Amino acid sequence: MNIVENFDLFAPRLINKKELFSCGHRACSGCAEVLSVRLMCKALGDDTVVASATGCMEIVSSMFPTTAWRIPWIHVAFENAAAVASGVEAGLKALRKKGKIDDRYIKVVGMAGDGGTMDIGIQALSGAMERGHDMIYVCFDNEAYMNTGIQRSSGTPMGASTTTAPAGKASSGQKTWKKNMPEIMVAHEIPYVATVCPSYPLDFIRKFEKARNIKGPSYIHCFSVCPTGWRSPSETAVSMGRLAVETGVFPLFEVESGHYRMSPDMPKKLKPLRSYFKPQGRFRHLTDAEIDAIQERVTAEFNKLTQKAKFL
Amino acid sequence: MGKRVGLEVTVAVAEAVALCRIDMAGVYPITPQSHIAEHLSNLVADGKLDAEFVTVESEHSAMSAVIGAAAAGARVYTATSSQGLMLMHELLPIASAMRLPITMAIANRAVSGPLNILNDHSDIMPQRDAGWIAVFAENGQEAVDLSIAAFKIAEHKDVMLPVSVNIDGFQLTHMVEPVILPSQEEVDAFLPPFVPHATLHPSNPVTMGAFSMSDYFTEIMKAKDEAIKNSRKVILEVWDEWGRQFGRSYKPVETYRAEDADILMLTMGSMGETAKIAIDELRGKGVRAGLVKLRLWRPFPFAELKAAVKNAQKLIVTDRAVSFGGPGGPVFSEIKSALFAQARRPSIYNYIIGLGGRDMAVSDFVGMFDQVLADRAQAKADTYEFWGVRE
Amino acid sequence: MALKTWKELPIGCVVFEPGSASEYHTGSWRSQRPVWDDAKCIKCGICYVFCPEGCVQQGEDGFFKADMNYCKGCGICAHECWPRAIKMVEEG
Repeated sequence: MNIVENFDLFAPRLINKKELFSCGHRACSGCAEVLSVRLMCKALGDDTVVASATGCMEIVSSMFPTTAWRIPWIHVAFENAAAVASGVEAGLKALRKKGKIDDRYIKVVGMAGDGGTMDIGIQALSGAMERGHDMIYVCFDNEAYMNTGIQRSSGTPMGASTTTAPAGKASSGQKTWKKNMPEIMVAHEIPYVATVCPSYPLDFIRKFEKARNIKGPSYIHCFSVCPTGWRSPSETAVSMGRLAVETGVFPLFEVESGHYRMSPDMPKKLKPLRSYFKPQGRFRHLTDAEIDAIQERVTAEFNKLTQKAKFL
Repeated sequence: MGKRVGLEVTVAVAEAVALCRIDMAGVYPITPQSHIAEHLSNLVADGKLDAEFVTVESEHSAMSAVIGAAAAGARVYTATSSQGLMLMHELLPIASAMRLPITMAIANRAVSGPLNILNDHSDIMPQRDAGWIAVFAENGQEAVDLSIAAFKIAEHKDVMLPVSVNIDGFQLTHMVEPVILPSQEEVDAFLPPFVPHATLHPSNPVTMGAFSMSDYFTEIMKAKDEAIKNSRKVILEVWDEWGRQFGRSYKPVETYRAEDADILMLTMGSMGETAKIAIDELRGKGVRAGLVKLRLWRPFPFAELKAAVKNAQKLIVTDRAVSFGGPGGPVFSEIKSALFAQARRPSIYNYIIGLGGRDMAVSDFVGMFDQVLADRAQAKADTYEFWGVRE
Repeated sequence: MALKTWKELPIGCVVFEPGSASEYHTGSWRSQRPVWDDAKCIKCGICYVFCPEGCVQQGEDGFFKADMNYCKGCGICAHECWPRAIKMVEEG
């Protein structure tokens, strides 16, 4: 219940009232990714331009001839959101410098899912971050290719059953550990890397606001529960995100100029992984031994991270 | 008044692009294009060109970035070649569907495999259906003139389409040629500022690249087809205007000694100059030979082509690319299709020539004429062969 | 709404009406609806913050309500409501 206590009575008063992402979008019922997009828009405000990759958020929001977006938005292809965003940033910079547009500060955002970021889009992302464009890149991670029908990506966690890494008599689903994308971004030595989850809206908004005010590239990794792909009840989308954080599966932290800081929302003591796995159909086939092995890895990874937060 | 200088063609093209006062360029190095990128970045580094030069990590990102910048309202430029163009392929129809006036130089080069860095047209031909306007330059001056004119065509309110300026790799890009570069004042007078049809700016939040189902997709394709067809009128106007201002005019189809010719040859790009010498040699021997140069590849100049070949008995179409297992070279099949319904049309012969930088001497062009002239039964018409291949 | 002909399409299919997706009412997807018991409501706004549709709004009286034109009935608001002021009720 601490979320509610922290959250207090003030939440709506602290949050931008303007809905920059409209009702009528076609996201599945209980989609935490579209909730994340809605909160991101609130945090960043009107003076934002979004370049989106192909994916769930693109198709649910832009059914021609209508759009859910109330901020400028462009979609070009799947693997190039970061490159398109970098071009928008360069274009706006040149036009502002030459006095061809007004000189307000506009933040450019590139966004994609886990597949669009960690698999097919990682080259364009690495390039854009290395070049130092003044932009935010957001990975909305729902841990598989949900838009195309729940195929595995390099963001799919060990043991999860997907349509291309299904659990069966001879398989326990995903055979590989989730790619550690935030660390790959930290290795780019960009000014700001953060993880967020919409289950913690104030932490979420604070980190987006911080990224907005940083001149240079920021990377935000957003954990986005997908009830459809995870085979979990739609009403638990927010509580499931909270469990991912509380079990240490998805720790909330930020890295500013190489300095790690755990989010104050992180619990002192982690909950057991089982409480997070149990309500999700994608993990239902796992044996106790398999869960124990994954638990071991989650604990180890979490300890590694807290060490960095202590010393880096 | 512009000045006449001796320049490598890539450098001349970069100078021409700078005269167009681009706002942003995104270019990835690839032989034989790289000198354009290098010279543009020199101009930016020396403060002579006020533009963002984005050193992207691939051609895919080069095209992505110029799409983004053009959508923001910037005048943009990129250049590529061969494998780079193939990597951009996915994005080309998106750029044209979004109606973004991007100007791109293509230093035409063979496509792998095997790897070959030399000239042919196998890179541009697979981009035929991308919805880009495509023009071919024959020499350095044309590369300069057509590059500047490309911005004006692309950005015209009745066009709003991307344009590729095709410049044969090495054979043209790396030649040092005498070139007249227009002055800044002349280019400013010719090329008005870019007025985009929509921009990514919070003052008027728009959505670009929305998703379409079958209810709209056909209409969107039809609109794009009409847009590129309609660009023909503007292309003619802009090239005429260039001619009036600079004294060098361009046509979608250009001819040399073709009016009274019995036998014609069709070329695209820099080989037209060698073919011309062959025509003169043949004329000297009493052969009524002529040349047709296809400058505009898209939109395809049907009327001009039909007019240019209407009196000929035989037409030799040269192709610099192969359509494997297809009806002949890509240019050949287009020409055949364009002339199919004509009551009177020449017999059409196809030679695939100059692949992967294979040298084509005047004697090679004369040799093709000789072969076709000898074919009295016209047995080889409507078929194709690889010129000079070792059997 | 009549579909546009090819001649009527904007150049590049740019959409010039921000937020026009709201023309489409997703409320028809719903199989259950949230019902607020204002007596239990502490006006914290959690239901508003966590709604993926952005269709929960605060009225002038400070209490919250969902726009049934858009509510997909996901149940997050009821699940997250700390004082349990929201109940999901089957659609008739």
